[in-house]
Amino acid sequence: MSPIVTVEHIGKSFKGLRALHDVSFTVEPGEVLGIIGPNGAGKTTLFNCMAGMFPPTTGTVHYEGQDVTGWSDARLARAGLVRTFQLMRPFGSMTVLENVAVAAAARGESEKEAEEEGWEILQRVGLAQYATRTSKDLPTAGLKRLELARALALHPRVLMLDEVLAGLVPTERQPVIDLLLSIRDEGATLLFVEHVMAAVMALSDRVLVLNQGETLAFGKPEEVVANPAVIEAYLGDEVTDADAH
Amino acid sequence: MSDTLVQTVPSPLRKRRFLDNNVIALIVLVALAVPLPLLMDQGQEAVAVRVLIFAMLGMSWNIMSGFGGMFSFGHAAYFGIGGYSSSIFLVNFGISPWIGMIVGMGVAALYGVIVGWLCFRYKLKGTYFALATFAFAEMLRIIVQSADIVNSSVGYNVPLIQGSDWWLMQFPAGSPNYFWLGLGLMAACLLVTIVFMRSKAGRFTVAIREDETAASSLGVPVLRFKLTAIALSGSIGAVAGVFYTQFYLFIDPELAFGAYRSIEAILIPVVGGIGTIWGPIVGAVLLAPLNDITAAILRNPPPFLDFLEGRTGLDVMLYAILIILVILFLPKGVFGTIKEKVTKR
Amino acid sequence: MSATQAPPSAPEADVASRGIPVNLRPILVTIAIAAVVFFLAYLRTGGSGLILTQALVTGLLAGGVYGLVALGLTLIFGVLHIINFATGAFVTMGMYVTYVLSSNFGWNPYLTLIVSVPSLLLLGIAIQKFIINRAMGESHANTLLLTLGIGLLIENTLLLIFSGNPQSVRTEQDRIFNIFGAVATQSRVIAFIGAMILALALFIMLQRTSIGTAIRAVAANPTGARLVGINTKRIYIITFALGIACAGAAGTMVSPIVSITPVAGEVFNITAFVIVVLGGLGKVLGAVIGGLIVGLAEQFGGILFPDQSNLLGVFVVFVLILFLRPQGLFSSGS
Repeated sequence: MSPIVTVEHIGKSFKGLRALHDVSFTVEPGEVLGIIGPNGAGKTTLFNCMAGMFPPTTGTVHYEGQDVTGWSDARLARAGLVRTFQLMRPFGSMTVLENVAVAAAARGESEKEAEEEGWEILQRVGLAQYATRTSKDLPTAGLKRLELARALALHPRVLMLDEVLAGLVPTERQPVIDLLLSIRDEGATLLFVEHVMAAVMALSDRVLVLNQGETLAFGKPEEVVANPAVIEAYLGDEVTDADAH
Repeated sequence: MSDTLVQTVPSPLRKRRFLDNNVIALIVLVALAVPLPLLMDQGQEAVAVRVLIFAMLGMSWNIMSGFGGMFSFGHAAYFGIGGYSSSIFLVNFGISPWIGMIVGMGVAALYGVIVGWLCFRYKLKGTYFALATFAFAEMLRIIVQSADIVNSSVGYNVPLIQGSDWWLMQFPAGSPNYFWLGLGLMAACLLVTIVFMRSKAGRFTVAIREDETAASSLGVPVLRFKLTAIALSGSIGAVAGVFYTQFYLFIDPELAFGAYRSIEAILIPVVGGIGTIWGPIVGAVLLAPLNDITAAILRNPPPFLDFLEGRTGLDVMLYAILIILVILFLPKGVFGTIKEKVTKR
Repeated sequence: MSATQAPPSAPEADVASRGIPVNLRPILVTIAIAAVVFFLAYLRTGGSGLILTQALVTGLLAGGVYGLVALGLTLIFGVLHIINFATGAFVTMGMYVTYVLSSNFGWNPYLTLIVSVPSLLLLGIAIQKFIINRAMGESHANTLLLTLGIGLLIENTLLLIFSGNPQSVRTEQDRIFNIFGAVATQSRVIAFIGAMILALALFIMLQRTSIGTAIRAVAANPTGARLVGINTKRIYIITFALGIACAGAAGTMVSPIVSITPVAGEVFNITAFVIVVLGGLGKVLGAVIGGLIVGLAEQFGGILFPDQSNLLGVFVVFVLILFLRPQGLFSSGS
């Protein structure tokens, strides 16, 4: 089966500062790909290039066989390639339900359908009781789920998660992980940037390691973790999850 | 956050119907307002008409700046384009102001889209965007002021006709028809606003205001909807300008495009309740009569205010004090604060 | 509501190309544009070097005063991060203080500085302390509207007290200087020199005194400044007061030149904003140089567009800067 996403020789420079250089990899449909690397490795820049926040300086991105390099983030999202953000970005003055309905509506649904779908999604992610609450009043864990709920409203075929577990205490993480796995089971492909090593190891089918904007390793989790170059890269930079278990 | 229990939360979905609370309130408001001119004298009716003009002007600003978050400091441009369009057509060609209004609405929307597009293309946001809108409005005023083809600083006098003519949008001074015409226009604009804000486009507009990056990443075509909000804003502003010109029978560059008009467009919805449907109406009702009240005080001041006799400026002073008080103590505006208190219960 | 963003949200600067340092490029471009404008103006006037020189001289002299007003505005922005829409109103206030003292008590207008500056300082302290400080943490939209309201209040209070009739302030006979063939009245020259002296004094104060250092600290890093024990609220008060005192001083100094009405300061409002964007928000030197540029733009705009208000040239510059380099000529990058 052909890869659902192909990234070829992606490079990104900002005013002479090279954030990414010659990064290439493929993503198989239905797989869970973890992306790790020390701080400043270029993970978020990679996400931004792939998801259309800005175009790469060099290289191409293919999605479902199409060259989508340079597509806007909105266009990609409507096409099923959706990313979530590390910092929560709710539409603060709107209710939780309205937040999700906006995403569903952007996909093309009517207002009525969008609200109905939003309600279903809220129930699925466990935010049902907050549906009419103003979204800015949600606690952090709730906001994280709201990000996921909004992404789900777009029926993502590829879901890119930027540190979705950050800011959650360990007890809050499992439900989110379960939710992600259920999304995967429905056929979506997941890419996630994460510092919580336990999650990366447990969930990923393959892992991509970035360091200083370049690919350091790419393969199964066990292989990557045993790779001496990877270990060395991390020795100079603390792994932020102290309670890896 | 427990989700191990089965969710037995009642569905928050409500049947969507055209006659929601806002529309019903609008109908009630219009019904109550219709008999008003029969109870008022000519002077009071003039105030009532000014309330309607203020309401439309404020509503127009509120759409792009309140709901849309794109602060406009040059809103007079839309008002003036409306007033000038209808005047040019009427005075030069004898064409009905209704046609002039349609044209004015179109030109105003186009102006807004062009200015908006330029600003967004060059990534101007917030205060820079506001300053750009101010600069363009001022340039428009300066150019009109010296262009003989639009009567330069002389402006336009709407030719006086005898009797009432709905097609020419003109009635004898003090005629209740002016109020009813304005009420109809205002109600139409308000209805459009209500429908727009609860539509997809309106929801997108608010989402873009709240977080443009998030909206874009969720598939919302941001540029398109920002420009839509601006175009709608501009058209309603033009309607206000047309009605103003037909009521006062005169327009000139200062009245049409002056900075003061732009400031008025801001004061009204901010005092009333920024980013709410009814804020501009409340603001109009509060601010419009101030002119006349202060003018009356200044004509015949009570003994302890004797020194004020014959002077001007008190009305705007009160506007200014109001806006300062609102910003400090009621940042959501009068209506906005009430609404917040009520929904918190 | 989260309406407006903090102003420095300029687009990314172009990647420096051809090895020219980014900082130098906008200045070179400006000089190139200026050369084109000069040339066009020269053609417009039918080859009259005299008119050009006159425009140059008048523009620079006026620009100095505009720069002083802009200095106050940019200082307030740099430290308090608010856009003071009442700037012009404070200029007008300065004019009226001078008018009252000069017409009722016969003071020399320039002497009234010793009253106008302190009284505006006090007014600024009061306004910041009792009004603006309350709204300091809020969105830019709110503080914008607040200063707008304050400006309207001042203007209309003046209107109420003095009515709209134009007033004037007399000085002793106005000598005329001849500068390279161009004519400059003494009052304009004094206004320019006075503005430059005050600007210099302000600059020295910022660089050399402890208060000035505290102000610059708060501008650079309010949290850090608080951590080292600086009372930021007090600094806000002092800075705002200084900012509007600049406006008031400018008003005093131009009072012999302009016709004094409650809206006489509005042109200073507009030019101050253009200058501050041109020079870079918060950049003191940029405000002064920007002032000179805008003063020239006003005069040359008048030559290139003779049938329009002088301000059209200023607005053209404004629009160009907003779109091409909103971070100002003197900022590096974005």
